[in-house]
Amino acid sequence: MSGVRVLVGTRKGAFMIASDGKRERWDVSGPHFGGWEIYHLKGSPADPNRIYASQSSGWFGQIIQKSSDGGKSWEALDNKFVYDGVPGTHQWYDGTPHPWEFKRVWHLEPSLTDPDTVYAGVEDAALFRTTDGGRSWHELPGLRGHGSGSAWQPGAGGLCLHTIVLDPSNKDRMFVAISAAGAFRTGDGGATWQAINRGLRSEGIPDPDAEVGHCVHRIAMHRSRPNVLFMQKHWDVMRTDNAGDSWQEVSGNLPTDFGFAIDVHAHEPETIYVVPITSDSLHYPPDGKLRVFRSRTGGNEWEPLTKGLPQRDCYVNVLRDAMAVDTLDRCGVYFGTTGGQVYCSADGGDNWTSVVRDLPPVLSVEVQTLP
Amino acid sequence: MIRVVLPAHLRTLAQVDREVILDVQGPATLGSILDTLETTYPVLRGTIRDHVTLKRRPFIRFFACEQDLSHDSYAIALPPAVVSGAEPFMVVGAMAGG
Repeated sequence: MSGVRVLVGTRKGAFMIASDGKRERWDVSGPHFGGWEIYHLKGSPADPNRIYASQSSGWFGQIIQKSSDGGKSWEALDNKFVYDGVPGTHQWYDGTPHPWEFKRVWHLEPSLTDPDTVYAGVEDAALFRTTDGGRSWHELPGLRGHGSGSAWQPGAGGLCLHTIVLDPSNKDRMFVAISAAGAFRTGDGGATWQAINRGLRSEGIPDPDAEVGHCVHRIAMHRSRPNVLFMQKHWDVMRTDNAGDSWQEVSGNLPTDFGFAIDVHAHEPETIYVVPITSDSLHYPPDGKLRVFRSRTGGNEWEPLTKGLPQRDCYVNVLRDAMAVDTLDRCGVYFGTTGGQVYCSADGGDNWTSVVRDLPPVLSVEVQTLP
Repeated sequence: MIRVVLPAHLRTLAQVDREVILDVQGPATLGSILDTLETTYPVLRGTIRDHVTLKRRPFIRFFACEQDLSHDSYAIALPPAVVSGAEPFMVVGAMAGG
């Protein structure tokens, strides 16, 4: 019988949570790498037993871990992330030039076809790649070399490249998002990049329609329609139907359009999920009610999903990498909170149960659908 | 024979006990101890000092013989008690909350 394995990164370690296809009973293992921040871990679509994890610490820096047996054992990999050439500067919070400095890996995106190829989105924002299973990492410098790099400025969480979306129909095309620079697209495997922020409007920057400077929080794609992207921006939920050439707002009737996470149903490309958060200074759900909002129309028309979620006195956040979907026939939706809960809906969002309640603050959630 | 005490997280990472024994070739300096430590346990590269600049990470400290050696030059000779193995060289994660 098929099953799922949920990969949870937290402030104090990684957890792996397994269930069969019913998704009713859960087996929790961890903490793996206890005491370390696990910003992200993700399995290879080409080999589910291959899992990569970003392990970091304010004391000891960055470690990259790899498992080749589904998380039973781990191997520390190369952790040398060195910018290509002379790193140059980006803008600091006060607007002055600041040298590019590597701090941590926010997101690991394994290739869709090769278990040994992985992309790493890092802070200060850049894209690295390994093609030898993590023995060495090399920057794809064309992204920082995009003419706007010197104007990028950190968001409150740092100048981080946090989203990497690979196009399943074109191995040379991918999308990335950077806080607070915006979204970028390559069509040549990462050699050159184009800013794709037309239609975004951000009141917090001097020119609200600027080519770069937008605080994009997360981008999601359904693999059957790689030209359609959904975005949770600092404020505003957006969509594009032309691979980012232009964006339209689809916040519609959401109670607030601030938030971090966004994802797409595995089998319904127009069904999307967000978790509205009150505001940029109030990082918790409106009215103390934890609600996922679902749109079955690709945006604009949203319905609250509340069954099984706390509807009073709830003041957690759901971070950008902390939502995922499985690909079972009845699509499962998962998210984790800064209060340490991981929730699952085995029916596309209609009903929710807590998989685990008292983990450290959850930074990321990924799910593997296993044969 | 030089004894090096590592902080708990680095012991786990390097899969060693509290104390490791190093055979340092040539003069025993702060730099040669760290070089030998990283050569013996490559997984520690980047966790104590920067890969490229070799600058000590901000929240790492080096103690020996009740002295703070964190700000000393890598070229400075270590105390005789560390060189003889009577006292350990300590890599310490700074007290900084968490």
